[in-house]
Amino acid sequence: MADRLLIGDKELDSRLFTGTGKFANQNLIPETIKAARSQVVTMALRRVNFDSPQQNVINYIPEDCVLLPNTSGARTAEEAVRIARIAEAAGCGNWVKIEVVSDNKYLLPDNQETIKATEILAKEGFVVLPYVSPDLMVAKRLEEVGAAAVMPLGAPIGSNRGLKTKEMVRILIEEIELPIVVDAGIGKPSQAAEAMEMGADAVLVNTAIATAKDPVVMGDAFAAAVEAGRKAYLAGTGAVKKYASASSPLTGFLKEDQG
Amino acid sequence: MKITVNGKEEDVEVGLGLTIVDYLESKDLEPGRVVIEHNGQVVKQEEWEQIELAEDDTLEILNFVGGGE
Repeated sequence: MADRLLIGDKELDSRLFTGTGKFANQNLIPETIKAARSQVVTMALRRVNFDSPQQNVINYIPEDCVLLPNTSGARTAEEAVRIARIAEAAGCGNWVKIEVVSDNKYLLPDNQETIKATEILAKEGFVVLPYVSPDLMVAKRLEEVGAAAVMPLGAPIGSNRGLKTKEMVRILIEEIELPIVVDAGIGKPSQAAEAMEMGADAVLVNTAIATAKDPVVMGDAFAAAVEAGRKAYLAGTGAVKKYASASSPLTGFLKEDQG
Repeated sequence: MKITVNGKEEDVEVGLGLTIVDYLESKDLEPGRVVIEHNGQVVKQEEWEQIELAEDDTLEILNFVGGGE
């Protein structure tokens, strides 16, 4: 049976979600997404700057991808809801990543406001993927109010520090039935593999890929790591032991008493 | 006529009526690349040609930019 990730109404083959921020050159985006084999791609909504109007980033996202607009810039549930509705009206589909942040130093999410926004948007039929600090009770509330997945952070956004919240994320994986997508902080493919090995359903990576010297090759490296980590999880990793346990038989050779 | 665009008040020339499309053209913005909120309501692109701006209207002109975690 194919190992697919079910979120909302979509069955996904890829467990690597990617972001479109921080690319030195937007022309690298399509090739990078292709190399990363991503099917879910996130982007943000901003006021147009009339002095230097930017290209609409959607033009760079392959058409078969699920668009996951985020609500970055929102400081309250209300603002996040508004951004989600605008994105939907703009033809982005009904997926949304709730991001409510009012802490500028660490960009840590406001879990309470995120729950509120999730509840409102889930009722309106959105497929809501909330970005949160990993906390079991928060994740349970999100489950109750209709989230489609829970996206706990591994480390602060853009920090490339890896799975600093590992123990808390592990608890979510164990206790929450919704898909767990580790979002933010993953800086290297090995860290993505680590998240997947312990049973995360997917990871979202942006900074680590977009700011690599070669984003396209890094996208491919992350895809391979996510696939490897997922396979390892499904295969079931061996037990951790304190002492050695020989892999080769220790009997029947040289010192065996010949009688 | 005064309208507020992306939070900034602006004086615009109305002439024979200024639709959202006219306004975008005056700013050299290609329709299709932006999302518009008119007085707090998102308006679909098909409606831009019909909506005439009036005194004290607010417009939010947005687009999708790179973003991630």
